[in-house]
Amino acid sequence: MKKLVLRNIDQGALMKLNKILKNTFLVLLACLVLSACATSKKSTGQMQGDVYTGTDTVEYLASGVPDRVFFATNESVLTTASRETLRKQAAWLRKNSDITIVLEGHADERGTREYNLALGERRANAAKDYLMTYGISSNRISVLSYGKERPVDSGSNPLAWSKNRRSVTVKAN
Amino acid sequence: MRNLIILFLIFIIPTKALGLIEVDITRGNLNPLPIAVSPLSIDDESKKSFEKTLKKKDIGSEISKVIEKNLKTSGLFNPLDKNAFLQAPDIAHLKPRFEDWNLIKAQALITGKVKNVDDKLRVEFRLWDVLAGKEMMALAFTTVPNNWRRVGHIITDKVYERLTGEKGYFDTRIIYVAEEGPKTKRIKKLAIMDQDGANNKFLTLGNELVLTPRFNPTSQMVTYLSYFRNLPRVYLLDIETGIQEVVGDFPGMTFAPRFSPDGKKIIMSFAKDGNSDIYTMDLENRIVEKITNHPSIDTSPSYSPDGKFICFNSDRSGYQQIYVMKSDGSNVKRISFGNGLYGTPVWSPRGDLIAFTKLHKGKFYIGVMRTDGSGERLLTENFYQEAPSWSPNGRVLIFYRETKTDDKGEGFSAKLWSIDLTGYNERLVDTPTDASDPSWSSLLSN
Repeated sequence: MKKLVLRNIDQGALMKLNKILKNTFLVLLACLVLSACATSKKSTGQMQGDVYTGTDTVEYLASGVPDRVFFATNESVLTTASRETLRKQAAWLRKNSDITIVLEGHADERGTREYNLALGERRANAAKDYLMTYGISSNRISVLSYGKERPVDSGSNPLAWSKNRRSVTVKAN
Repeated sequence: MRNLIILFLIFIIPTKALGLIEVDITRGNLNPLPIAVSPLSIDDESKKSFEKTLKKKDIGSEISKVIEKNLKTSGLFNPLDKNAFLQAPDIAHLKPRFEDWNLIKAQALITGKVKNVDDKLRVEFRLWDVLAGKEMMALAFTTVPNNWRRVGHIITDKVYERLTGEKGYFDTRIIYVAEEGPKTKRIKKLAIMDQDGANNKFLTLGNELVLTPRFNPTSQMVTYLSYFRNLPRVYLLDIETGIQEVVGDFPGMTFAPRFSPDGKKIIMSFAKDGNSDIYTMDLENRIVEKITNHPSIDTSPSYSPDGKFICFNSDRSGYQQIYVMKSDGSNVKRISFGNGLYGTPVWSPRGDLIAFTKLHKGKFYIGVMRTDGSGERLLTENFYQEAPSWSPNGRVLIFYRETKTDDKGEGFSAKLWSIDLTGYNERLVDTPTDASDPSWSSLLSN
């Protein structure tokens, strides 16, 4: 009887301990994951894959309307964030129907000059096509590629390159 | 300027292939040929008159320095120290004492004589085989005194040709883009210089961005990309007159221009609605032809020397690769299949090779492959380099190389480099400013 009680008590304590351990482990795990996130964010800057997601270089056409979108290496596909930015630009352009824009397409320094000129043109046109599907007339949009000639960040590292792979919407009038 | 160049080639003695010394240029230049370049002798009167007009104390010695530098840069020759020369230049030119030259281990000897004839510069030179004790060639030129450096280049070309059996590349010029200022606001100008870096001259002021200048076959015209009025377009520039004109009337960006081998057409890319295709424009009748028609990027076209084929860069497979097609755009074939990305194909003047830029695992390479894509050979590896251009004899490539910007935002540079087809003899080409996009002219004299 005594033994049994003891065992019961033991079992209860063990279970409690188990629970505590488990919780602590989860908390520890969570801490680890979080800190890992924090450090990885720090070391790669603000990038998702190799697309820039930060705001360092971003300027605003109007309050809440970012002027640029970013691309992955060798890509001209618009990311979800880019599409969101362009929808904001489209809304702003619809509200200000007298404004015309230039889309300036850029590439990073890690590609041959001539191919990058074509790539910048392709990126700017990806942005143009998206604005057009949101009702902005092509008459209001011109496209200009700078290839790798006008980086915003002069660095030779993945973060700098991600900032430079961009299409910037510039007011033309 | 070219019209002013009056060159009289007078063969004093007909040159014969005597089968004496030879330089093998197909292999690495591990044993450059020891050669003595004796200062060209000059009489006192001529010396004084040229000192007045050219501001050079001893023009004979200056010309020999040009020759010496050319020979050294080629990597095939080892010009010997002048201080070791025993024989006086004028006597050596008449009849070298071969034992003396043999003693300093010279295998070949260049001697010469400069004279003022009716205010023209008359230069004669002789090439001697020291071991055989024989004259290999002798030539004389008369030209305007200002051409004295070109005389040095022409002599080098003659010596190179006599000893290697192939045409030289010394009487040539390089057109390139001179760069200044921070990377984010780079100022770029067209510049032209002699192959050895002398006579550098800027052709534009730097008000607008200019890129990728390329000579026509006679090296009197240049086609390039200018952002004049923020409209990137292909332009044509006459180097003599300085007259520029836009090429064609395209509703968008034109870029990546080159001349056809006959100089009658310009081939280039035209970008519209996110798609770049290759076009040609006939410079006489202005007829524009579309050569490629594909939703991918097609750019960096370059003709084969016979004009029958075009190599170009396309990402139609998903990534940048090199393709070859007939000059009418038919029979498109991919030729690059190695690991990595390939760009900037340029057909060699001999027709047998295509030089290219390759990006693989974060490194850039300059390489060559046969025109069917076989026999790929990488000549040099670096952090960033691209845009090879062939010397007119197809033996040397000039390209540009950029260095990394460090974390402090410093360390960036862009410079011209040259390398032999063998992969040996890599050299920095001196330019007064940073430089990129070099293009090598044809031989100015033949």
